[in-house]
Amino acid sequence: MIYLELFFGFLKVGCFSFGGAYGAIPLIRDVVLDYGWMTDEQLTYMIAVSESTPGPIMVNLASYAGFTQAGILGGLVSTLAVILPAFFIILLISSLLKTFMKNPFVQAAFQGLIPCITGIILATGGYMILEHALPQWRPDLPAIALALLLTAILILAKKFWKKRVSPISLIGISAVLGIIVYGW
Amino acid sequence: MKLLLELFLTFAKIGLFTFGGGYAMISVVEDNCVERKKWITHEEMLNMTVVAESTPGPIAINAATYVGFQRAGVPGAAAATIGVVLPSFVIIYAVSLFLDRFLELAIIANAFQGIKVGVGILIFRTGLNMAKKLRREPLPMVIFLCAFLCLLAIEIFSLRFSSIALLLIAAVVSLAVFLWKGGGR
Repeated sequence: MIYLELFFGFLKVGCFSFGGAYGAIPLIRDVVLDYGWMTDEQLTYMIAVSESTPGPIMVNLASYAGFTQAGILGGLVSTLAVILPAFFIILLISSLLKTFMKNPFVQAAFQGLIPCITGIILATGGYMILEHALPQWRPDLPAIALALLLTAILILAKKFWKKRVSPISLIGISAVLGIIVYGW
Repeated sequence: MKLLLELFLTFAKIGLFTFGGGYAMISVVEDNCVERKKWITHEEMLNMTVVAESTPGPIAINAATYVGFQRAGVPGAAAATIGVVLPSFVIIYAVSLFLDRFLELAIIANAFQGIKVGVGILIFRTGLNMAKKLRREPLPMVIFLCAFLCLLAIEIFSLRFSSIALLLIAAVVSLAVFLWKGGGR
């Protein structure tokens, strides 16, 4: 039953997505690839779309997967599943468990969770670059050129303008570079 | 009832105009709920941010639930949360209807070829920034490196092992080390 699969798939994401939207992306990737709801390529497109449309990225990705798999009801089920854990955890913490976050056992668990999700995010990003630069271990020259160019832009912006390029601008720049590099 | 409607509308506005997720959202919530509406104090806002950063789920949902609950209990939490989600829900529904046809245009397809690489770099950069903030102590460094190498191996060799399992293992290891060192007594 697709609705149950969507619900439990995104409930898992909602329960374990520490570290904000980028912490959720590796988990969402696991779930949608596992069930075959999206290909890696579709997911990448949707990450870009989610960054360029308003609202929480996690909600955007969950509702898109739901819509494409099972229409409006599917979107509703996935969205609900991804936000329910956060909703109940905050209700609990702000009513009954006001000292929960200060509990030494909870803090000890977090000291493991945070470095772990950091490693997961870094590996996911690294693999996504690798996958496009060396598909089936054969170098894809335009993609490599693009990756180097984008990295150079990020470093230069930081060095000379002391500015962090925002995610939306980075996506905009890579879109323009894509049109130039692949348009020829 | 008027307060519920106001919570709903304020958070719908926040949901509609905040691009880039989480941290961008925090400053908009601060501006609306602390400065203008005075629904919560600056200090409560700071506490909320700490909790939101360390609990799972979208930061926007954490913030909406918290502010809604402080002002109007569980109904308030629900009104604010539905408000913050509704705009993106509607927008993504529209996107899902058109995305495939949109991608058939050659120029858009080329743009997305570039975006694919950009998104990888974006995620990698986020990971790097988080890694810089980790404590330079043996346990977090070992867990970080193990998680990084495990996930890379899982991806490259297409192994079936979920990231959630990695997270649970990391939490258990960290707790075990804490207990072994005699913590909690």
